[in-house]
Amino acid sequence: MTTRPTMIEFQDVHKYYGDYHALRGINATIKAGEFFSLLGPSGCGKTTLLRTIAGFEDISSGAVMIDGKHMEHVPANQRPTNMVFQSYAIFPHLTVEQNVGFGLRREAGTTEEKARRVEEALEMVNLKGYGRRAAHALSGGQRQRVALARALILKPKVLLLDEPLSALDKKMREQMQVELIKLQRQVGITFVLVTHDQEEALVMSDRIAVMFEGEILQLAEPEVLYRRPNSRQVAEFIGVMNFLPAFVLGEAGDTVQLEVAGLGRVDIEAAQSTGRATDGTVSVGFRPETLTILYDGQKAMDRETPGTIEEVVYYGDMTYYDVRLDGVEKVVRISMRNVFGRPVLEYGSRTRVAWSAGALVLFR
Amino acid sequence: MAKANRWRRMTRTEAFSGYMLVSPTALYALLLLAAPLATIVAFSFFKDGYLTVIHEFTLQNYIDTWSDEVFRAILTRSLFVSGMVTLTTVLIAFPIAYYISFNVSPAMKSRWLFLITIPFWTSYLIRVFLWKVILGFNGVINSSLDIVGLIDQPLNMLNNVQAIVVTLAHAYAPFAILPIFVALEKIDRSLLEAGQDLGESRLMTFWRVTLPLAMPGVVAAVLIVFIPTIGDYVTPQLIGGGKVPMVANLIQARMLDLDNKPMGSAIAVSAMAIVTLVSLVFLFLNRRFLRVQK
Repeated sequence: MTTRPTMIEFQDVHKYYGDYHALRGINATIKAGEFFSLLGPSGCGKTTLLRTIAGFEDISSGAVMIDGKHMEHVPANQRPTNMVFQSYAIFPHLTVEQNVGFGLRREAGTTEEKARRVEEALEMVNLKGYGRRAAHALSGGQRQRVALARALILKPKVLLLDEPLSALDKKMREQMQVELIKLQRQVGITFVLVTHDQEEALVMSDRIAVMFEGEILQLAEPEVLYRRPNSRQVAEFIGVMNFLPAFVLGEAGDTVQLEVAGLGRVDIEAAQSTGRATDGTVSVGFRPETLTILYDGQKAMDRETPGTIEEVVYYGDMTYYDVRLDGVEKVVRISMRNVFGRPVLEYGSRTRVAWSAGALVLFR
Repeated sequence: MAKANRWRRMTRTEAFSGYMLVSPTALYALLLLAAPLATIVAFSFFKDGYLTVIHEFTLQNYIDTWSDEVFRAILTRSLFVSGMVTLTTVLIAFPIAYYISFNVSPAMKSRWLFLITIPFWTSYLIRVFLWKVILGFNGVINSSLDIVGLIDQPLNMLNNVQAIVVTLAHAYAPFAILPIFVALEKIDRSLLEAGQDLGESRLMTFWRVTLPLAMPGVVAAVLIVFIPTIGDYVTPQLIGGGKVPMVANLIQARMLDLDNKPMGSAIAVSAMAIVTLVSLVFLFLNRRFLRVQK
């Protein structure tokens, strides 16, 4: 994965709409064959960035390169990219096969060859036999498959997906996530996905660029993004992260000595100090699953801290506990898998929380 | 008691309130549209006596009408004129509607539509007269050309079919712009991006996506312009100067000038039948366009 050639390169890309600075110096490379996601809240510029790849959006300065070629004067219809639109943009006056074969008009080959390619594309997205249906008679999931087939049939170098799953219900969405991953492995094309759903991005992507206000805050593999977010914004956007105020006592070599509210004296490795605090306050963050509630007689592997259970949220397979550690105002969220034979605790009860210094991230 | 209950229950139904809502209009239409129409149809099957109508069934009026060369010539001319008007109007209206829908900013669209309806502020008659002023011997065009020195003799631009076409096309342009505009507005803009994304140029995207999706609006425009223009009376009278009469003028002549009501009615019904036929053809075409081609 590390030796893949570059497919898309953004070089200091800026985009202005009048006075509004939509893209503020984007620098990133997307590798060939990668499933890449642009993740961020609405209005962060992720869709704009995707549209600069497709050629629907001119950039104000900088450069977009696709497969080593400068895209400045290349119109959308001549770029080696195809797009799955958020609304799917299925042509309502055409049948499914006419939709899928729309882009084949300009390609070489006989009518029979093209019909066979349409057939193959429909098969690939599990829509075999739907070819003669009217496009408007399809369900949301089917429309999306048509949009996928229509884009992939042209064998683009890059497939662009603009929030393709946002219109589907939860079950359908989860099913399509898996199908998209499989499809991407099968065709080996670079996929660039735009999404505001952090879970979707984590599930599907090889790498994710987290965007806020026209900038990429962090670009990394899902696991790195989750375990070592480089800022509080990223940490808060992806999953749940607890924060406790901290104070840096000193640094010695690879070790940072901290005084953390509720947790006391902690030594962490310098590698855990990846985060940037945007408001100037120093804090440590940790994910809910890195903490464990200790039952009677259990001993902590590393460290433990007493506290009171303030809230219990039962999810069936999981239970979330909001625990107030002794000596801190803020509650921290702890997630516990519900294992057979382990009772769900009641709110108000006293408890002990086990944690490990290695799971902390320092933001300063 | 039971009767009163049933009455109360009936008056509360949705159907009942629906009928109550449409009844004034329905009554009006029945009295002032259906009844006169039925009278005309009835007249067309009666015999004509001098200054009276003899209430005896006959098909002679229709036989006379359709064997009359003057009627056939005038009907052909009417179809030709309204066909030309429709063609001209739609060809002019489409680019305007396209411009408003695609190039005018959303905030300005209503202002543009407002501007397009301004001609309706003046009476149709006055607008027709204005064309007389523009096209006449001492009119705007002739005197301008004379001043510039391009002509010695004034051009004869009135009293012909072209003048009628120009006048009617101008009068009906807004009627054609609006339905086409609505059809274009309904097109999802991402469809056009999809067309380009799939490798087509702007022009080909227009041809393969925009135009087919705008067809319902175009067909509506065709019907809205074609149906009233074929029966237009004022423009052939004023702009054509009575030299190029159309069907309405013929009906007027038979009905009032010659006082042959059955004959006039037969012409009116015949013309109506032709218009219905042409409209049905267009409606059928519209269905074809609306349905997905197999």
